[in-house]
Amino acid sequence: MKGPDVVWYLCVAGFLFSTGALGVLIRRSPLIVLLSLEIMLNGANLALIAFSRHFAQGDGQIFALTVMAVAASEVVVGLGLIVAIARQKLALDVDKLSTLRG
Amino acid sequence: MIVASFSNVLVWAIWVAAAFACLASGIAVISFTNPFYASLSLIGNLASLAVMYLLLSAEFVAAAQVLVYAGAVMVMFLFVTAYLGNRADAPWAGAPSWQTLGAVAACSALFVEVIVVVGLKTSGRLSHQGEIDSAFGRPREIGRLFLTDHLLAFEITSIVLLIAAVGGVILGSRSRDTPMKGAQQ
Repeated sequence: MKGPDVVWYLCVAGFLFSTGALGVLIRRSPLIVLLSLEIMLNGANLALIAFSRHFAQGDGQIFALTVMAVAASEVVVGLGLIVAIARQKLALDVDKLSTLRG
Repeated sequence: MIVASFSNVLVWAIWVAAAFACLASGIAVISFTNPFYASLSLIGNLASLAVMYLLLSAEFVAAAQVLVYAGAVMVMFLFVTAYLGNRADAPWAGAPSWQTLGAVAACSALFVEVIVVVGLKTSGRLSHQGEIDSAFGRPREIGRLFLTDHLLAFEITSIVLLIAAVGGVILGSRSRDTPMKGAQQ
């Protein structure tokens, strides 16, 4: 069982990361920005696990699991913020949430 | 020999299907105007990524991916989408502005940069894949690494999760319901 090389996985990971970055940049709904952040983190995870398999070391998978825990925490805090924003009757638009801008 | 080449073709076929599903659902997530459909596309993205993790013999990470992401995180996303109702809709803002075009150009440049760097710098060095035994990626091996070499990361992760849980409760508690002063509608 050979399958594709690590380079192919890196190409997919790079594409996923750029897709997520594009979503963060062009979408204005905070929910979809959070979803795009998940895509970026998953692209990084795929690269970590591909290198972990390539070098036959388990440490990359440890990093990937840590990244998953951090992503879960980020989603909890981000969704809590979105619910708080919605409860304050503010617009759900990251361009209009500029109260903190100096 | 024939069996070995058939297995190789099968692995390639599964990989191509998973990679295509992964890229297509990734694009779908950032292009749907309805966040409900975007969340469902992200579930497809996570599932195809789990298939790729299985191909990379990371069985425990694939299982954790499905349980943690598709099980827990996506349920939270769908609950918040349902709570917000049609306020969560995110329509496209008409014709693409120069900001959108610039963002597309920047992300395409990022992707091309990744491909060029990978192609130039690693093409010769990454051809030899390491040999693994059957213990690679099993929960036993992951647990051993977590509790010996990466104990600090393990403990810090637990503290991060605790702080996130407390922060989520504080952000979601109803006692802080007073409207913000000077809040713009």
